[in-house]
Order: sequence, then C-alpha cells, then structure tokens
Amino acid sequence: MSTSELTRTSTEPHSRPQPLRLFRSELRLVFGRRRNQALLAVLSTAPILIGIAVRVSSPGGDGEGPAFLGQITENGLFLAFTALTVTLPFFLPLSVAVVSGEAIAGEASSGTLRNLLVVPVDRTRLLLVKYASIVTFGLAAALVVWGVGIIMGLLLFPHGAVTLLSGTTVSFADALGRALLVALYVAAMLAGVGAIGAFFSTLTEVPMGAMAATAVLTIISEIVGAVPQVRGIWPYLFTTPWLAFGDLLRSPVPLHAMGIGLLTEGIYIALFLLLAWARLTTKDISS
Amino acid sequence: MPADPSPAIATRGLTKRFRSGQVAVDGIDLLVPRGCVYGFLGPNGSGKTTTIRMLLGLVSATEGEHELLGESMPAHAASVLPRVGALVEGPAFHPYLSGRANLLRLDAGDRTVVASGAGRRVDEALERVGLAAAAAKRYRNYSLGMRQRLGLAGALLRPRDLLVLDEPTNGLDPQGTREVRTLVRELGAEGSTVFLSSHLLSEIEQVSTHVGVMSHGRLVFQGTLTALRQAAGIRVRVETTRPDDAAAVMRALGTGTTAVHATSGATSSVVADLSDGEGTPVDTALLVEQLVKAGVPVHEVVVERPDLEDLFVELTGEGFDVDQ
Repeated sequence: MSTSELTRTSTEPHSRPQPLRLFRSELRLVFGRRRNQALLAVLSTAPILIGIAVRVSSPGGDGEGPAFLGQITENGLFLAFTALTVTLPFFLPLSVAVVSGEAIAGEASSGTLRNLLVVPVDRTRLLLVKYASIVTFGLAAALVVWGVGIIMGLLLFPHGAVTLLSGTTVSFADALGRALLVALYVAAMLAGVGAIGAFFSTLTEVPMGAMAATAVLTIISEIVGAVPQVRGIWPYLFTTPWLAFGDLLRSPVPLHAMGIGLLTEGIYIALFLLLAWARLTTKDISS
Repeated sequence: MPADPSPAIATRGLTKRFRSGQVAVDGIDLLVPRGCVYGFLGPNGSGKTTTIRMLLGLVSATEGEHELLGESMPAHAASVLPRVGALVEGPAFHPYLSGRANLLRLDAGDRTVVASGAGRRVDEALERVGLAAAAAKRYRNYSLGMRQRLGLAGALLRPRDLLVLDEPTNGLDPQGTREVRTLVRELGAEGSTVFLSSHLLSEIEQVSTHVGVMSHGRLVFQGTLTALRQAAGIRVRVETTRPDDAAAVMRALGTGTTAVHATSGATSSVVADLSDGEGTPVDTALLVEQLVKAGVPVHEVVVERPDLEDLFVELTGEGFDVDQ
C-alpha cells in the first residue's frame, strides 16, 4: 500500500478547486456531437432561407408574414429579428429539448452515469454542470440564428441607421447592441425549456422520451397560449413572454413585459431544477 | 506505514428491498480485510451486482450500513470514492468518443486530481490494460474485449486502495482472461485490496485469498479460500478389513466424523473428514503410521480432494437455473 499512498500524496493535493474541468468536458460532449452540430446547422438555415426569399420576392409585400418581415428590405438588421421570431416558437425550443432531454437520460441509457457517479461526481454537481451546458447550448443556438441573420442581412439588404418600431432612428451600432440583447433574452427563455428538459431527463433512461415530453409540453403551452378562452392562465405559461423581445426595438425600451418574462422563466427554472435535483439525488442508479 | 486496522469493506445487515417487494440483498455482513483479493461469488441473479451498487452508493440500502476503507458510506463518498476504482456491471462509455477521450472525461470529473496530469494518467491506464494502440479509436468500434479493458483502465486511472471489479473477465477470450487475472494479482501484490465478483468459481479460485458466496441475496459463506476448501471437507478414505479399529485410530488422531461403509469383498472403507474441529488437517503420513502400529491392515488410503464446484453448487443450490 505504501507505493499507492506515496503516489497519491505526491500527485494529488486535495481541495484544489477545478470546477470548470467537468463543465468543459460536458461542453465538448454537447458541441462535439454530430447531431447537435446538425441542429445548429439547421437553425442557421432559417435566416438564410428568409433572407433569400425576401430578396428575390417583389419589394414591399402586402403586410403578411411574421413580425419585422416588412422592415427587412429597409434594413438588413431586421433579418436577425425576423429569424429569431420565426425560430423561437418551434425550432429553437426543439433543439434545446433534444439537448436537455439527453442530459441525464443519455448518460443513464449508455450506462456512463454510474461511471461518473463513482468517480465520484456529486449528483448535485452533475445536475448543475449538465444544466449549465444546456443553457450554453441554448445561448449558442440563439446566437447562431442571430449571427447568421445579421451576416445575411448585411449581405443582402441595405444597412445603416435603423428606424425602430416606435419611430425613432438609432445608429447602426445601437441597433446591433439591441439585437444582441434580443438574442440574450431568447437564450434566457430557452433556459426555461432546458430546465423542464433536465427534469424529464432525470425520470427516464430513454433520452428520446425526455426529449419528446419536453417538446410536447412546449407545444401544448403554446397552443393553450393561443386559445383566448383560457386567457386567465396565460400569465402562468412559460411560453407566453417569449416574444416580448420586440420591446427592445422601441425607444425608450419598455421593460415591464420582458421583466415579467424573465421572472416567469426564473420561476420555471427554479421549480424544475428543484424537481430534477430531488429526483436525481434520491434515485437508484440501476442502469 | 502503520497498517490501517479498518477493513477495506465492512457491511452490517446490508439489505436492498425493491419497490416490487423483491429482496435482492438480504442482510449481508461483508468483511473484506485490507490487502486481500476477495472473490465475491454467486450465480447470476444472486444479488452480487446490487450489493456492489450499494457499496458504491449508486443504489441506496433499504436497511443496514456499510463502510469503505474505514469511512461510512454514502456519507463520505466524496472523500472515499476517489480511493476506490470501480468497474460496475461491465464497461459503459460514450460510443462516439475515443477510448482516450472517454477516460479524459472520467478524469475531468475527479476533483481530487490536478488537471495537468490528466493526459499522463490516462495514457498510463491505457498502457496498463494494453489499449495504448487503440486509444484514438472510437469506443463504438471496440471489440467486447477492448471495451472490458477500457472499463478496467477507468478503474485504474490513479492508484487505488480498493478496486471493485464486477465480472471483469466477462466477454474476454482466454488470453484476455489470463491477462486480467495477472493484472488482479499484480494489483493485489502492490497492496491494493481487490473485490472481485464472478459467477465462475474457477476464476475466483485462481486469484483470491478470501471468498464470499452469495445465494438468493444471502451471504452463505465468507472466509479464506483455505477455509472454504476445508468447508468442502478434505476427506480420507481407508480400505481395511478391520474398520472399527481403523475408525478408533482415526478418531484418536482427531479427525472429524467417521463413517464406515461396507464395500464388495473382504474390506470395508472408513471415511473421515481430514480436518479436526479447528480446521487443522490431520497429517496423512502420521495416520498411516498409527494405523500400521495399531496392527490395522491398510489396503488402501485415499485422500479425497474437495471439489469446490460441488461445494459451490451445494451452497448456492444452483444448477443452470437463474434466480427469479
């Protein structure tokens, strides 16, 4: 035993904090996975397709289509807003549902969960690292749509000072900053989906099940949010405040709706992470 | 270094009752001394893997308590598990990562090692199990034997005081089995305690110093391999024409229970356990000498070696049938 004892004390000073090592490993796992790269690639096609469609169609249009669509031809920056508006109801939450549903259930189905836990990786720490990587993926997804939207907008349409929805004109740099805030707000909304996905992911060893449950819950919430007869419960839905980011295109920016949005999402995140934690820390790992 | 008196593994009344009501592990008291190679034996479904999962804190115990390396589990998992290398129920890794990347990921989870040594630790572990050449290959392209080796490498990422290896030779060819056996002996020789589970007696017999036998969730035997052999009863059989006198001589020497069986012809056979109550075997040379001195005609003396396989089947009551 003396040799192993010696090696241990010489190479492993205890309690040196390295909290980011596992997180970096997790990011490599998430972003290195082909399927997740494909999700980001598919997301990036949204602004490309919209940009090309608007460019080749007759200018002006008749006012139909998603928000900001009409403004694209006036200023390319609006392509980023349009692309986020189009992808936020379905494609963005779906991609976050895939990654978050995979989080714990994926490790359980491949059996790698037991390896991590006996390393040991504390279960609470594992959940936090997994959730941080989900949020990072959601942010990356929003930024991909945003970034590709801006690049395509600049390539295909005029740019310069931007006339906001409220009628005021701001500099291009100002508008770019607002666009970035929109992407961050979208990422915060996706963090809510991620928390729900992380919870479902602790319930099963079948990643596809957790992914589907998360996506279905999002869609149901959106359907309920579209039925005026149940207007009373709209404020409690996590999908209701998603499109409030349009307020960032007004001057001054009305903060009320987005503040409610961040609060709603924060409550959902806290609730579902707590449920996920309660489940994961008491679960028998038999896979 | 002063010997640590605490056992490597100690459990008291460790029990796992599943929600279905099925009792997978039924109040077992394991005692694995430091520095031994402990063979944890039992048929498939006898509760070995559930026990191992409880030991490592993957599954919570319904009743009972346990300690690893002197620290109570699962309360002290964070401090004790880094000293424990484990391979639980076969290897499991991310299929689209290379063997090396998979081990780096496990290393990244260990908060008690410095990041800078990760590459070296991983390469040494891969080297040790003979996987260095296939380090960059994706796990999905590994053969079953290579997967098993990678699992062992994961357990050997750093020097361990205790190794818990669940069926480490599953799926290995005879050459691989032999290599794992050598590895286990080496680890034992280096001072690590090895807790090795298997459903194959022959495997345990070749490397273990201590044995625990599980059957239907209960620990039906625990002790040294020597004690197990004695439990199997090394017996001596004496063919003679004067069985009663022979039996008297044998009893005088302290053998266990004797029995006389008539055989065909003039002689009878007297059969006795060759060990006394304390488990010390009686010297057969002395026995023959005493028989001759007493004037007992000895036609044949046979020492019947224990068949552990028979004992195993007797202890576990198992043939090929799987529990439940």
